[in-house]
Amino acid sequence: MTLGTTERAAELNARDRRALLRQMILIRTFEEAILREYHADKKPGFDIGAGKIPGEMHLSAGQEPVAAGVCAHLGPGDAVTATHRPHHLAIAHGMKLRPLAAEIFGRETGLGRGRGGHMHLFDPETHFSCSGIIAEGLPPALGQAFAFRHAGADNIAVAVTGEGAANAGAFHESLNLAALWKLPVVVVVEDNDWGISVARQSSTAVPSNAVRGAAYGIPGVRVEGNDVEAVHAAAGEAVARARAGGGPSLIEVHTLRLWGHFEGDAQGYRPDLADVPGRDPIPVYEKKLLAAGVLTESDLAALRTEASELVEDAVAFAIASPAPSPDEALKYVFADQTEGARS
Amino acid sequence: MSTVAENARQALPVEPDAGNRRLNTAKAIQEAIGSQMERDESVFVIGEDVGAYGGIFSSTTGLLERFGPKRVLDTPISESAFIGLGIGAAVEGMRPIVELMFVDFFGVCMDQIYNHMAKIHFESGGNVRVPMVLMTATGGGYSDGSQHSQSLWGTFAHLPGMKVVVPSNPYDAKGLMTAAIQSDDPVVYMFHKGVMGLAWMKKNPRSIAAVPAGDYVVPIGKAKVAREGTDVSIVTLSLSVHHSLDVAEKLAGEGISVEVLDLRSLVPLDRDAIVATAAKTGRVVVVDEDYQSFGLSGEIAATIAEHDPGLLKSFSRVCVPDVPIPYARELEYAVLPTPVRIEAAVRKAVGA
Ligand SMILES: Cc1ncc(C[n+]2csc(CCOP(=O)(O)OP(=O)(O)O)c2C)c(N)n1
Repeated sequence: MTLGTTERAAELNARDRRALLRQMILIRTFEEAILREYHADKKPGFDIGAGKIPGEMHLSAGQEPVAAGVCAHLGPGDAVTATHRPHHLAIAHGMKLRPLAAEIFGRETGLGRGRGGHMHLFDPETHFSCSGIIAEGLPPALGQAFAFRHAGADNIAVAVTGEGAANAGAFHESLNLAALWKLPVVVVVEDNDWGISVARQSSTAVPSNAVRGAAYGIPGVRVEGNDVEAVHAAAGEAVARARAGGGPSLIEVHTLRLWGHFEGDAQGYRPDLADVPGRDPIPVYEKKLLAAGVLTESDLAALRTEASELVEDAVAFAIASPAPSPDEALKYVFADQTEGARS
Repeated sequence: MSTVAENARQALPVEPDAGNRRLNTAKAIQEAIGSQMERDESVFVIGEDVGAYGGIFSSTTGLLERFGPKRVLDTPISESAFIGLGIGAAVEGMRPIVELMFVDFFGVCMDQIYNHMAKIHFESGGNVRVPMVLMTATGGGYSDGSQHSQSLWGTFAHLPGMKVVVPSNPYDAKGLMTAAIQSDDPVVYMFHKGVMGLAWMKKNPRSIAAVPAGDYVVPIGKAKVAREGTDVSIVTLSLSVHHSLDVAEKLAGEGISVEVLDLRSLVPLDRDAIVATAAKTGRVVVVDEDYQSFGLSGEIAATIAEHDPGLLKSFSRVCVPDVPIPYARELEYAVLPTPVRIEAAVRKAVGA
């Protein structure tokens, strides 16, 4: 099944639609701030290890509709597992911006006290986690779902991954096990057309990963158009099914990687680059809500101001926070080395 | 299945003069692969982003343009499948070079590597060979976090059946790659990102150095004394060779004479060279960017002790102290074998 752009969108009221836009604007504002800070002090040239934010940086601009559309159905008791590109999902799932930013800056006040970094965000408050190893976020999501069901809760786990990951063994093993044990899981594939430099058609034998649901006897849908309302609709069904004990579902969203795979990626391999900005989902959605009379220009300005205040507060907090002490470099390998764990 | 793969070994110069043509390590690797592909149709390259991108760490730049998409192929993110494919092709007599983008990703495909690539020759009683190169990036130092910064060569070296080479400079990188492609055994070729000479990563000047234009080999299993000395020996490999040479240069100014042994290969390990330097100075500092316990550094101590337990006046290790590589720079540099830690260990060894 393929959903078009706006099936079932009618169910969304004006407040929901503004909330989706607000979420997308907040995410984009955050990513733009990280982009700015990341590149601010890597010059001359580009030294990946230099600056306030060192290391690889995978930003999610263009993929906000997935995060906003899916996470709108989740509460903090639901789990989300993400990938090397996790910020949009972390924010949409309600992670606090200050500890998120501080972790990205490698500070002691970060989610992982600067030990993890941007690919390794663990937030017990929102049951959020991610992994830098492709497709390896799926199996733990199954376990979280297993634990929720064991506890008699109706919480679910959502595992989000890229289309490149759908060719990894862990993806297929996880779908089979989730289906076999009817676990309350939703697997979301973000198809942004590229796995680093490898185009989707050069890596994947089927035109839509949604069809792979059939291999495991679970529903699979593909959402075209990078449209937040269509994602919201598809995710709504899958989440409801999982909560009701109906087992797992697979959703693939055709989305967009607006920027490089990681910062510093010149993207010479990418022929679609020229028209990418014209496909930015946020201005498209803003126009749509303005035209529908759901939003005024001043509402929009207010959303942007609010986002920028929240984000700049988090960035300032991170920058003002202390770096971890080298004297504590050997801590946190084992539980008996940890006082005051956060979970 | 061919019972014995064609022996494609060619008589090539062994460690010829370096000359004065300078290349970075990445280009030296590309050159070795390109040259072997030129002369042997059965050599091909597969892996993630090895084609148009040229390898995330530039190990395969230009090869797609030169040899086309039948011999340089981007793969899906399916490491078990494409490493296993390399094994099967090798068994049939081809000479695959398979890139595992970061060694840290071995977790998703180790079965193909250690239970298949490494064991087929043995299990077949020597009747089936697996002449493939598994090329992979190692090491930290640029805040890539705990899943993208590990060295892990000790893990591969621990498991029997694969040769393991770890070049530290452009000259060795080319010669060892040529030897690896020509080897009739599976060779795990581990390059540290920090020795590649990449424009976008901080680099030691030694990652750009003289490399002969012609084909040659650096024999697998032979260490090299990178600097002669008499007071203390640093036994090391990969990027840590650069740091150790920097420290040796600095301490020479104070009259401390440091010998630096670059192991270059872990399997086979040049135990004679280790014993020789230990016998010469009596003081050994092992510098290893891998985790400290249960690995190379302990193996070196055992090698010396088994030869002659009385050989050493001092032995110490500068390794990663059994903690995952942290993200924050302050923490990462506290656990990596930095020049500061190496210098302190050398001073302690000589009592200075
Ligand atoms: C097991 C494993 N193999 C390879 C990589 C290197 N790698 C990181 S991201 C990436 C591409 C991922 O593509 P996709 O799943 O589509 O996600 P996207 O980056 O497009 O969000 C690759 C190959 C990895 N991290 N883990």
